[in-house]
Amino acid sequence: METTQYGRIVRDGLWENNGVLSMLLGMCPAMAMTTSATNGFGMGLATAVVMAASNLLVSLFRNYITQEVRIPVFILIVAAMVTLVDLTMNAWMHELYKVLGLFIPLIVSNCLPLARLEAFAAKEKPLPALMDGIFMGLGFTLALTAIGAVREITGSGTLFADASLLLGPAFKFMEMRLLPADMGILMMILPPGGFLVTGLLVVAKRLIDLAAGKEIQMGGAHSVA
Amino acid sequence: MKQGTMIHAAILGAFCLGFGIMLALIEQVTAEDIKARAMEDRQASLSQVLPAEILDNNPVTDTVVMKNDEGKEITVFRARKGGEVTGMAYEIFGSGYAGEMKLMLGVDAAGNVLGVRVLAHKETPGLGDKIETKKGDWILKFTGLSLGNPPVDKWKVKKDGGQFDQFSGATITPRGVVGAIRKGLEFFAVHKAEMMGGAQ
Repeated sequence: METTQYGRIVRDGLWENNGVLSMLLGMCPAMAMTTSATNGFGMGLATAVVMAASNLLVSLFRNYITQEVRIPVFILIVAAMVTLVDLTMNAWMHELYKVLGLFIPLIVSNCLPLARLEAFAAKEKPLPALMDGIFMGLGFTLALTAIGAVREITGSGTLFADASLLLGPAFKFMEMRLLPADMGILMMILPPGGFLVTGLLVVAKRLIDLAAGKEIQMGGAHSVA
Repeated sequence: MKQGTMIHAAILGAFCLGFGIMLALIEQVTAEDIKARAMEDRQASLSQVLPAEILDNNPVTDTVVMKNDEGKEITVFRARKGGEVTGMAYEIFGSGYAGEMKLMLGVDAAGNVLGVRVLAHKETPGLGDKIETKKGDWILKFTGLSLGNPPVDKWKVKKDGGQFDQFSGATITPRGVVGAIRKGLEFFAVHKAEMMGGAQ
């Protein structure tokens, strides 16, 4: 890139090259952690923090990391950032940690951060790399919240249940019951629901893109995993 | 060894060293706070099975470690009032529909149940998870019961001829919980002296 196009980074991250819905990366947390919209949102935010930090670090060190050892160094940096977030949240944001703590170690096994380090941060200046980390992370959050919302509504009949635990009491208003308690289809909050909803949302995204007359960006073009 | 390889190894080593030192420092800085938070969590969860009226000590620090009948190490947290042991809480284990369930059982000095709470389980959401206080009050029904009340052969779910309700769609989960509590009380009956004894 001659001049950095921040608009492009934002659009890519949030929609066009969305980590989950276009590149089909990070499938493990996308399915395992989306039994409710709140869970998906929390997992997404934690991932975004780690992605922003590790993208920035890799970009800062990009001239010292040689081609041969880049993958172990990337993994080291992601793992270090995850541990950092895990420890500091446990010590100083304990209420939030009790809700999110479960998700944080799982970020290490997410290949989306690794893919962005390899495809973007290792070649770009620190600021664009940071932006890419933030917006890819937010795009991931968006996708996980959407998957979580669909599964939660169809599975338990609620939306954003326990949001006040994650975001604070002010967000109590978000907690909604849309269907009576016994109407939910249990399967949707069990693993098969994750596959179904993720698949349907991938299709939905492509249909929207088609309708908008865009060329479909096939995923995986520059992914590592 | 080629010189090139050495450089790569040195770079990787340098990164490992650098981030290793960083993490060690952060671990140092946060260790105290994390310990304090863990203590608060413990206290909060114990206070659900050990009512505040029966204790004037901190059960988290008044413990004895024992082996349960399966050979698993369990920590017994003792509640004292005026130095006398008035009750205790310890972990019990039951097998559920999807693996082991971990519960905390509180009993008073006479062996009556003060309270039971589920600590961890993998039961089916919407069916077996009604054992959580968040999803139902089923688990509260055990408070006040003991090995003689109901009689030992009634410490079963109704389906097995006992007196405890299973809930619709799930029998295995309540069966596991009832069994775990019964075993927990039997353990208390046998090891009472050992659980009460020991230095404060």
